[in-house]
Amino acid sequence: MDILRFITAGSVDDGKSTLIGRLLYDSKSILIDQLEAIEKQTKNREDGEIDLALLTDGLRAEREQGITIDVAYKYFTTPKRKFIIADAPGHIQYTRNMVTGASNSDLAIILIDARHGVVEQTRRHSIIASLLNIPHVVVAVNKMDLVEYSHDVYNNILIDYAAVAKSLGLKDVRYIPISALNGDNIVDRSTKMDWYEGEGLLQILETVVVTDDINLTDARFPVQYVIRPQTEALHDYRGYAGKVISGIYKKGDSVTVQPSGLTTTISAIEVSGIEVEEAFAPQSAILHLTDDVDVSRGDLITLTENQPSVSNELEVLLCWMDHKPLVAGNKYQLQINSRLVRAVVKEFQYKVNVNSLEQESAPEKVQLNDIIKATIKTASPIPYDSYQHLRVNGGAILIDETSHVTVGACMIQ
Amino acid sequence: MSKYQLNYLDQLESESIHIMREVAGQFERPALLFSGGKDSIVLVHLALKAFRPGKFPFPLVHIDTGHNFQEALDYRDALAERIGEKLIVRQVADTIKAKNLTEPKGKFASRNALQTYTLLDTIEEFKFDACIGGARRDEEKARAKERIFSVRDEFGQWNPKLQRPELWDTYNGRIDKGENVRVFPISNWTELDIWNYIRKENIELPSIYFSHEREVLEHEGQLVAVSEFVQIETTDTVSIKRVRYRTVGDMTCTAAVESSANTIDDIISEIIATKTSERGETRIDDRVSEAAMEDRKKNGYF
Repeated sequence: MDILRFITAGSVDDGKSTLIGRLLYDSKSILIDQLEAIEKQTKNREDGEIDLALLTDGLRAEREQGITIDVAYKYFTTPKRKFIIADAPGHIQYTRNMVTGASNSDLAIILIDARHGVVEQTRRHSIIASLLNIPHVVVAVNKMDLVEYSHDVYNNILIDYAAVAKSLGLKDVRYIPISALNGDNIVDRSTKMDWYEGEGLLQILETVVVTDDINLTDARFPVQYVIRPQTEALHDYRGYAGKVISGIYKKGDSVTVQPSGLTTTISAIEVSGIEVEEAFAPQSAILHLTDDVDVSRGDLITLTENQPSVSNELEVLLCWMDHKPLVAGNKYQLQINSRLVRAVVKEFQYKVNVNSLEQESAPEKVQLNDIIKATIKTASPIPYDSYQHLRVNGGAILIDETSHVTVGACMIQ
Repeated sequence: MSKYQLNYLDQLESESIHIMREVAGQFERPALLFSGGKDSIVLVHLALKAFRPGKFPFPLVHIDTGHNFQEALDYRDALAERIGEKLIVRQVADTIKAKNLTEPKGKFASRNALQTYTLLDTIEEFKFDACIGGARRDEEKARAKERIFSVRDEFGQWNPKLQRPELWDTYNGRIDKGENVRVFPISNWTELDIWNYIRKENIELPSIYFSHEREVLEHEGQLVAVSEFVQIETTDTVSIKRVRYRTVGDMTCTAAVESSANTIDDIISEIIATKTSERGETRIDDRVSEAAMEDRKKNGYF
């Protein structure tokens, strides 16, 4: 059994929360008291139907306004997999929430209202999915019950979306017609759409292969913490604690510590307190090195034969996430895995139109939810990989030095 | 299956260890909030994996309401002793006295809300800048929206509308003086994951998690242990039942479930078959209102 992390994206009324509610409900992950609680709330509403969306709206303001404000994480398990859902709100102003939810996702479900087809927000969500390099996309054409389960309507939407997918270079796209409200093609195949020959949505989610998405070639190990017991018995013990974010490390491997460039050998590896011959992504581990080189938090241990780029000038796609606009020349802290350095956003090359992916002229001030191409200069060199090649070592955040808030997400080019 | 594949419990474990080490790497004075419940016991187990053979870079801290199960307290003391880590205990009763707080009244008078005062005082006393806790997102709807690194202001308050975006596995723990961060390494675990992990790792638990005979009173379908902290009236039905605890909190706000489960395997079978959620079945305090948890979190509750 493994884990699938996915995000659901849709516009406000595409039935996203209903779909999640349906997945939880049909996989029997909702329990009686939770159901009773939403039944009680539903009674105060006019239509009287159980509102599965209420399962995901966790905050009072959300329930009162009938909107979703923040990313909510939901969980369900089937005998095949554990699922972690990032439920990101669909509002235009909440691009940053989708970016947040997408950053960790293996798969995106893009919801399309069968009555409206591919709309601006569909494009926006797909563009974000592609910028954040989500490996798998499932296009769920929802509310099929409202178009009389029409094969033609579905086919037309497929043709429209295929053009979007092609323009974005989305690699793995699957399509499915559903009705989240009635449960068509969610867990069980719908009897109302015999023309659809594919699997039910849950089956797709259970069988998408995600292990291949973990890069086992480019070994990267950000050092988080140095373990030095300094006791009599363990006087010389010095272990570098961190997580293998990609690749495989073996005892005896020649490694280079970046950005210093010092080269040494792995003398021992521990995983879960046990000495092992090798460690692989995404294991947390402790590495021991033969030479007493200077290694501390923020350094990246890599295989000598496979090095990342090292530079203090980065070309990035930057999603701005703060209400205060970004002005060229502003200084921030840049954090990539455990490495934290001062950085200045030097110049903006262009702004990405998130509805068309077209490049527009760079604005003077970058506003909340804008995505721009920019150059960032850092106070000391950063070992990095291109985000599109190696997601785990190509994403960085910008932190405001005065408010300490996370203000930007950088995908390094 | 390739040998380079982790099963889901190993993935969860690795993620949690990574988060704990980020706390160690980013903060000056962290603490691990320990209650004696199964989730915080798992946290300690994960900390052993994250930092051994070194010492923990934080003490264990217990905010004792004075209404705890003796079994949980005994377990706490024995565990701290066995692993040789520092344990700090602060009493809610002391805060009540020092600050002249009003004890809650009623049948199941719970000091749960007063706990927040003692917690905030303890944070101030030791200048803790990060507190690791065992909350899980599957427990409750407000928790489902909380970040793994959750910033609290100097009053310990959570502002759900001003949360920092949390991207990839990059955790921003930068704060101002007086602020602190609550860190939830097992955010992505469910109740069942916790039990499966306890089974896999063979983690010892306080005896109250297993079936035992106990004098309980029935209240609105929930079984509450008879203790000096609960008011018994003549109209109450009190009886001896075979029960176990699914969660362990205060004696006044935690309900038992009828069960003959004596082993972890039995418990897991029961959880898989159950039709009620962990909090719904066993927490009296969450039933007060729809937004009970959200309100308490906003006020500095864990």
